[in-house]
Amino acid sequence: MQQFIRQLAQENDFQATRLLKILRAVQARYFHIPKAAIEQLALVLNIPRTQIQNVIEFYSFFHLEPRGQFDILISDSITDLMVGKEELINYFAEKLGVKIGEVRADGVVSLNNTSCSGMCDQSLAGLVNGYAITNLTKSRIDEIVENVNKSVPLEQWSRDFFTVEDNIIQSGLLLNETPIKGAAIKATFARGLTETLNEVEKSGLRGRGGAGYTTAWKWKFCHEENADQRYIICNADEGEPGTFKDRVILNAYADSVFEGMTVAAAIIGATQGFIYLRGEYLHLYEKLEAVLVERRAANLLGKNILHHGFDFDIEICLGAGAYICGEESALIESLEGKAGIPRNRPPYPVVSGYLNKPTSVNNVETFLAAANIAIHGGEWFAAFGTAKSKGTKIHSISGDCAKPGIYEYPFGVTVQTILDDCGATDILGVQVGGPSGTFIADNEFQRKIAFEDLATGGSFIVFNNSRNILDIVHNFSHFFAHESCGFCTPCRVGTSLLKKQVDKIVEGHGSAGDIVALEELCQLIKNYSHCGLGQTAANPVLTTLERYPEVYQNRLKKISYEPGFDLDKSLETARRLANRDDAAAHLAQVEE
Amino acid sequence: MNNKSIVIDGKNVPFEDGQTIMQAATAAGIYIPHLCHNPGFTPHGSCKLCTVKVNGRNCSACTFPASEGQNITNVTKELNDDREKITQMLFVEGNHFCPSCEKTGNCNLQAVAYHLGMTDNHFPHFFENREVDASHPDVMIDHNRCIFCTLCVRASQEVDGKNVFAISGRGIDKRLVVNSESGLLKDSDLEATDCAAHICPTGAILIKRTGYKVPIGQRIFDHSQIDTVTLANEGASHDE
Repeated sequence: MQQFIRQLAQENDFQATRLLKILRAVQARYFHIPKAAIEQLALVLNIPRTQIQNVIEFYSFFHLEPRGQFDILISDSITDLMVGKEELINYFAEKLGVKIGEVRADGVVSLNNTSCSGMCDQSLAGLVNGYAITNLTKSRIDEIVENVNKSVPLEQWSRDFFTVEDNIIQSGLLLNETPIKGAAIKATFARGLTETLNEVEKSGLRGRGGAGYTTAWKWKFCHEENADQRYIICNADEGEPGTFKDRVILNAYADSVFEGMTVAAAIIGATQGFIYLRGEYLHLYEKLEAVLVERRAANLLGKNILHHGFDFDIEICLGAGAYICGEESALIESLEGKAGIPRNRPPYPVVSGYLNKPTSVNNVETFLAAANIAIHGGEWFAAFGTAKSKGTKIHSISGDCAKPGIYEYPFGVTVQTILDDCGATDILGVQVGGPSGTFIADNEFQRKIAFEDLATGGSFIVFNNSRNILDIVHNFSHFFAHESCGFCTPCRVGTSLLKKQVDKIVEGHGSAGDIVALEELCQLIKNYSHCGLGQTAANPVLTTLERYPEVYQNRLKKISYEPGFDLDKSLETARRLANRDDAAAHLAQVEE
Repeated sequence: MNNKSIVIDGKNVPFEDGQTIMQAATAAGIYIPHLCHNPGFTPHGSCKLCTVKVNGRNCSACTFPASEGQNITNVTKELNDDREKITQMLFVEGNHFCPSCEKTGNCNLQAVAYHLGMTDNHFPHFFENREVDASHPDVMIDHNRCIFCTLCVRASQEVDGKNVFAISGRGIDKRLVVNSESGLLKDSDLEATDCAAHICPTGAILIKRTGYKVPIGQRIFDHSQIDTVTLANEGASHDE
């Protein structure tokens, strides 16, 4: 192992910033990060062992204890639950002979849940040793179990398991364009860098991750900072449940995204770029590397790009299972080889980002749009959309509809139009923007997708009338509690309290005061949390409580107070100790 | 010469460029409740008790830079009620039993709770199973009382020039860890004279055999409120 670690550290130039990459390799080889590896890495990378320990404990895909040689994770997104995930994962567990969350005694296989893996248009989805598997059914599960039990190496499994469809159903302005291989760089230098920045400003392009900050301003501020180095980062940590458009853009339009990064780098004056790819998209890694190799060969990356005296290159960095790393400053921390904890702001990343240098972090879709704007000009883009939201937006549509997949619409499109196009009927409501967004009821379908009405990063989950609001809220509340980084009190403690409070109500233990307590807790988390995760973690409850108070009320017991735990169950230990099981040794939850 | 100022609860407060709202307030004799902040160390901004409203927007006073035009509210019923709830969150997350804790009366968490008028824990307890590390000859860690303020982490790095402590894990599973191969305090290079061994605002890191040297009734917060004590201690350090 010593030889392996030494070699690995050397390949990564002994850079502590590459810690995630190094740990991914160790995890893949030993199915966990052995203690000895931590000790050795601390020495050769010259960082405290506690930094390595923290990174391992922070990211879901790293483990201090061995996982199975086949580590199977099943996506726990609401869309997975909607195709019967609970039954299927139990079936899987039974067939494999392993409990969920555990490793089988022979060490061959482990099974667990994972947050939305970005395959909501082909649920039930999961990951085997990090590689995406889709459309899981009982018969597919049977085949996987057979492979596992025969210890068939992953490379020899049928490719069918790993097929990830793009499912582009409706193309618009951006998706109708072919991948760009140099045209945007040429147009940028022909027009001039300042002039191209002006075109991006004229286009009205705003960040496509959901927050909607004006892209041209970000680039301008980053450029204006006095610094010897600046960085461009592409945020491909698409973790918002129900979002998968970046997966498709990177699979089908990688060249355009890299070209957008290159144009941005030229404008702000960066020579190094990173694409932070969520760990769940490991299946895209080799393909993206190949695109980078091609672009270097074509002099679209590297030294003196297209003879303009401009140097720029891109490195792909993989995440390791942490939703919070979609937050730009957490992403930067992660790129630096640390746990993804959002920084205090100010300073903003455009002033002090990666390695404390000015850094522009933009979404995959933003770079796709920027590359096309560099070619066609700002007006081409601004001709679409609304006054405050220019251009088009690419949506990931999933849930109860006939045609889940990727849809591109100009901003201003109504929810109803999208529902009609994707073949949704008998609709209860739509979750727009993922769990951190808004739940829209059936009397609001005339509302528009736009920053001024329904802002979204692209997640659009349809629910029909067979679904229950509280099941949805339950899933989302558990998601946020699982993904909270734990830095600040209101989010760390609050999201866990919220999970418990929602559980209490959903499980039928709630009473009159519990709705008030729920709302109070939500406001606290929303108003006092450090970053966007905490500030939006209560949205599932707040947006549904506002629209469906009766759904919550109906779950309450008609008494004034009920304990948040099962009284009778709590007496189990006492009964065992006393060796009693008579009627008097049991307690009713409430006085009947 | 200093003519820049911010307004806190209607009062003009002068500040110098580079000062945070907390620094300006403390220097002017205004107490903003806090636990993870200590003027000797890089601000952290995690406990969120020092949240103030800056022109209507919630900001952490310990990290947010003071700048001209800021109209800040600090002491309002709304803010103090919410600060109380955040304190209650810290109480239910760990296992804090003030009557049996040797830090009682000298504990900032307890003192802030009294200051905010906290009379119960409000939220359901987590009852987490946390351990005690008594391996070190002179210093012990009672993880039940850790609030993840990172003051020991910062003190060890910034004052002691060591790296004894770190916070590890994610979300509610966060925990204080020790930088030694065994993970135990005895195998770290911590000494009882280290700043990090004395900085804990709760009873999580204690010096052994000193617990009841100062009897209950004669402790820091037995006769003074935390605002007075803090301003006397921390206000001075800003005047340097």
